[in-house]
Amino acid sequence: MARTIIPFGPQHPVLPEPIHLDLAIEDEKVVDVLPSVGFIHRGLERLVERKDFQEFVYVAERICGICSFIHGQTYCQGIEELMQVEVPARAQYLRTIWGELSRLHSHLLWLGLLADSFGFESLFMHSWRVRERILDQIEATTGGRVIFGSCKIGGVRRDISPEALAVMRKELDVIERDMREIVDVFLGDSSVKRRLQGVGVLSRDDAYILGCVGPTARASGVAQDMRSLGYAAFRDIKVEPIVRTEGDSYARCVVRCAELFQSVDIIRQAIDRIPPGAIETKVTGFPDGEILVRTEQPRGEVAYYLRANGSRNLQRFRVRTPTFANLPALVRMLPGANLADVPVLVLTIDPCISCTER
Amino acid sequence: MSYLGITALNLKWALKGPATRGYPLAPRRVIADSRGALAFAKANCIYCSVCRKKCPTGAIGVNRNQKKWAIDRLRCISCGYCVEVCPKDCLSLTTYMSPPTVTKDREVF
Repeated sequence: MARTIIPFGPQHPVLPEPIHLDLAIEDEKVVDVLPSVGFIHRGLERLVERKDFQEFVYVAERICGICSFIHGQTYCQGIEELMQVEVPARAQYLRTIWGELSRLHSHLLWLGLLADSFGFESLFMHSWRVRERILDQIEATTGGRVIFGSCKIGGVRRDISPEALAVMRKELDVIERDMREIVDVFLGDSSVKRRLQGVGVLSRDDAYILGCVGPTARASGVAQDMRSLGYAAFRDIKVEPIVRTEGDSYARCVVRCAELFQSVDIIRQAIDRIPPGAIETKVTGFPDGEILVRTEQPRGEVAYYLRANGSRNLQRFRVRTPTFANLPALVRMLPGANLADVPVLVLTIDPCISCTER
Repeated sequence: MSYLGITALNLKWALKGPATRGYPLAPRRVIADSRGALAFAKANCIYCSVCRKKCPTGAIGVNRNQKKWAIDRLRCISCGYCVEVCPKDCLSLTTYMSPPTVTKDREVF
């Protein structure tokens, strides 16, 4: 059988962001794959040498448009730990609420894109309709829909009033009901199952050896969730990782669907337990030393390395994003797949290329 | 095996009407605490330049001698850092976006 190379991306209808794959095809089967990234490198890590460490929160938030808040939060956590700043409990809870709201809207965005990748347009629209309600809640509490801008070193910029929290709680009931409707379709519909079950199986050993993170790892049976480290309000709110063992595309979908309801539950718990008090601690001086911080983004674990020398600019800033960790798994999944399943498989790791390239 | 779930969902929403707004006939719903364009109250300004120094994108210009305050609307990211640091509270964020423009002019007050 003659081997053909098909270029996939960087511009492709199914890809939200540019990644290029050279697919070696025999008949309709993928036999080899060579990924290349680097189309949207912006040099954000280097910018740390020119920006004031307090201003850099804005840059960290702009690493990614979907997990923007958690990027900002991770950076702030690192600097706070370096400077030994005690963040007020209320700010920790507010960060948790916003972090979980961003996980909700990220997973719904992913569900929509997944449906779109196998041509299920109506399901795509329904997913994004529900996502709009979450974005409205985010805008009402932070002032922004995509870039929250509410996290700062030492705490948060905005408080959420008890009335707004009550509105959010009510809205969560509606969102949960709407999500239940679309999740039932994702998990029960025959055509969805036919496109996802048994496609792109990643074994537990592969997931572990290749260093997968987040829902991709959890769908293959690796029980790993950075929220169990107990950062922010997770020291009070316990999170059990949602794990499946099948390792196929359907399992990755099931994990993310279950995480939607887990996040709603976490936000409810946070609203019930949020303590009154200050929302920020005044930060004076400059950071010194080096630190590695890990948090759980919608796509998995993100690791931040920060090094400071006591001046207003950091010396080094390095981000290991979840998509970067999951790309080797994608390369492992693709050989043996049908060409028509490539878009679905690329989507199942929830690629965020702007994060990966920074 | 079921194909009826999505049919029921589609039917429900077909009867409910669109989830989107009939723009531009239906006006945009304004969310009270939304971060929009930056507003400047000239009367209170002491031209201390703190907003210019803190602006992460360098969108603000201040000339103390001429008593002029300027903003490049295309660079402003409505982050609100200047509002936070202004000692005289003469900056605030509105809930509307700045109007579209075809030139890169600085707005001078």
